[in-house]
Amino acid sequence: MPIDVDEVRKIAKLACLNIGEDDLQSYATNLSNILDLVAQMNAVDTTGVTPMSHPFDVVQRLREDVVTDFDRREAFHAIAPKTADGLYLVPKVIE
Amino acid sequence: MSEYHTQTVTELSAMLQAGKVSSVELTQYFLNRIKDNDEQLNSFITVCEDQALAQARAADERLKAGDAPLLTGVPIAHKDIFCTEGVKTSCASKMLDNFISPYDATVVKNMQDAGVVMLGKTNMDEFAMGSSNETSYYGVVKNPWNLKAVPGGSSGGSAAAVGARLVPAATGTDTGGSIRQPAAFCGITGLKPTYGRVSRFGMIAFASSLDQAGPMGQSASDCALLLNAMAGFDEKDSTSIEKDVPDYSADLNKPLNGLRIGLPKEYFNTEQGGMAAGVEAAIKTALDQYKAMGAELIDIELPNSNLSVPVYYVVAPAECSANLSRFDGVRYGYRCENPKDLNDLYTRSRGEGFGSEVQSRIMVGAYALSSGYYDAYYLKAQQLRHLISDDFKKAYEKVDVIMAPATPDTAFNIGEKTDDPISMYLSDIFTIAVNLAGIPAMSIPVGFADNASGENMPVGMQIMGNYFEEAKLLNVAHQYQLKTDWHKQLPEAFQ
Repeated sequence: MPIDVDEVRKIAKLACLNIGEDDLQSYATNLSNILDLVAQMNAVDTTGVTPMSHPFDVVQRLREDVVTDFDRREAFHAIAPKTADGLYLVPKVIE
Repeated sequence: MSEYHTQTVTELSAMLQAGKVSSVELTQYFLNRIKDNDEQLNSFITVCEDQALAQARAADERLKAGDAPLLTGVPIAHKDIFCTEGVKTSCASKMLDNFISPYDATVVKNMQDAGVVMLGKTNMDEFAMGSSNETSYYGVVKNPWNLKAVPGGSSGGSAAAVGARLVPAATGTDTGGSIRQPAAFCGITGLKPTYGRVSRFGMIAFASSLDQAGPMGQSASDCALLLNAMAGFDEKDSTSIEKDVPDYSADLNKPLNGLRIGLPKEYFNTEQGGMAAGVEAAIKTALDQYKAMGAELIDIELPNSNLSVPVYYVVAPAECSANLSRFDGVRYGYRCENPKDLNDLYTRSRGEGFGSEVQSRIMVGAYALSSGYYDAYYLKAQQLRHLISDDFKKAYEKVDVIMAPATPDTAFNIGEKTDDPISMYLSDIFTIAVNLAGIPAMSIPVGFADNASGENMPVGMQIMGNYFEEAKLLNVAHQYQLKTDWHKQLPEAFQ
C-alpha cells in the first residue's frame, strides 16, 4: 500500500517526529517499500492462530509492591538537559 | 611473549591464573593495540584507558589472593548498547551522544563480578537498527578483512574489533541477526542465546520481545566461558527466565557420533534469498566435515521461514516505536535548542536526535500500531510468529541441531546497499526466524568466498538449537574448531 507525503506528515505527528519538508518524499517512498514487503504476510490465512507474545507463553512476572531503589535524584538530574530545585524543566505549558 | 592478541580468552585466562602474565600487562597491550589500529577500523566509540587499568590492578590483586574466577583480568569490550556507570553510553546515536549512564547493565555487572576488564565501548548501528554499521552517528566501521567492506551489523564494532584482535572478545546483542551476521562477515564466532537467558536490564531496548545479548569471540570455547558469566536470571528483567545456568564449558568435548543435523530445504533453495555460490561451497564442505565426524545430515522443512522478514519488519518497528518514545529531550539525552513550546521540544529533539533509519522504523511502527491497523499488522505478525516457531518445534522432534548459512553472501562493500534499504533487510534473511522463535543460534567461520565485488571474505555457518541448548551448540561448534583452523585466521593487516 503506497504511503503519500500527507500520510507521512500524519504518522510523523503520531510518532512525535519533526520531519523536514525536503525529507517527506524519501520517507514516503521508504515506508511504502517496507509496507510492500510486509504485505507478503497476507498470503497466509491465520484464522484461529494464537498470537505469540513470548516464546514460552509465560505470563508477565509480578513483584511485590515495595520500594526497591534508593534515592538517586542527584545522579539522574546531573545528566538531564535542564533542571532546577529538584525538578526537570520544560517550556511553559500553561499561560 | 608479547603476541597476546593471537591468544584466545581460554588461553589468556590460563596464563593469568598461572601468573604468567598480569592483567595490567595484558590490558596495556590491548589498549596499545587499539590505539595503533583503530583509526583504520573505527570499531570503538569510547576507549576507557584509566578505568580499564584500574580494573586490571584490582584483578591482579584478586588473582594474587587466589580463588579468582576464570575470567579475572581478561580484557574485553562492550557494545555501546549496554549501560556502563560513569561511561558514555551512546547506542551510536546523536540522541545519546551526551549520555553518561548512571547505572550498569546486568550483563556489565555480571562480567565485572567475574573479574573482566572493560577496555571500552564498541561502535554499532544506531539503536542497533542496521545490518552494516552504516547508520552509526560515529561513522561506519570497516571490515578488518577488507577496509572497503562493511563489518555487518548491528554489532559491527564488536565483530571488527575481535576480528582484528584489538580485543580478545566482546559482547553483542542480536534482535534479527546482529551478533551472527557481523560474526560471519568478520570471521569470528558469535552466539545468540535463548530469549530470556541473558538479562536485558540496562541494554538499551530496540524490540523487547526479540532482543538478546550474547558473546562474540574467537572460538566456541571462548563463547562458553563468556556465556557462563553473562547468563542468569535477573529479577530486574520481566522476561528473564528462572532456570539454572549450566556450565557451558562442560560439554565441549563430547563426541558428535550420531548427531542429527537438520538442513532446511528453504535455506538451501537458491530462489529464496539467493545464496552465493562461494558461500554454498564453503557450507557444503563444512557439512561434509561434520559427516566425517559421525553426524547424520537430514533434510527438513521450515515452510513458513519465507515470512520471517515481513513479520520482523512489523514486530521490530512496532516495539521500537514504543521503546524509543522514552527519548523526549526532557530527562536525558539530546535536547533541541530554544524550543518554543513543549511539543516543539519533543518533536524537534527527536527529529534532530534520531538518524533517518531509526526515524523510518519508528514511523513504520507507529503506523502499524495506529488505530484501525493493529489487527492487520501487529496481530497478524504475532500469529505468523507462532507458525514460524512451530516449524522449529516440529523440526527438533527429528533433529538435534539445524545448520544453514548465516548470510546469503559474504560482506558487501560500504555504500553498496545504502540506497536500497530492502536489499539491506534481506541480508538478514537467514538469521531473523531464530529471533522470532526465541531459540539460540551461533555463527562460526567455515571458509572464505568472493563477495559481489570479487573480494575474498569470511563465510559464516549458522548452527541453530532448541530452547536452552546453548551447551549443545557450543559443543557442536567446538568439535568442528578442533579439526579446522578457520577461526584462528587473522586478517593480513592485523597479524
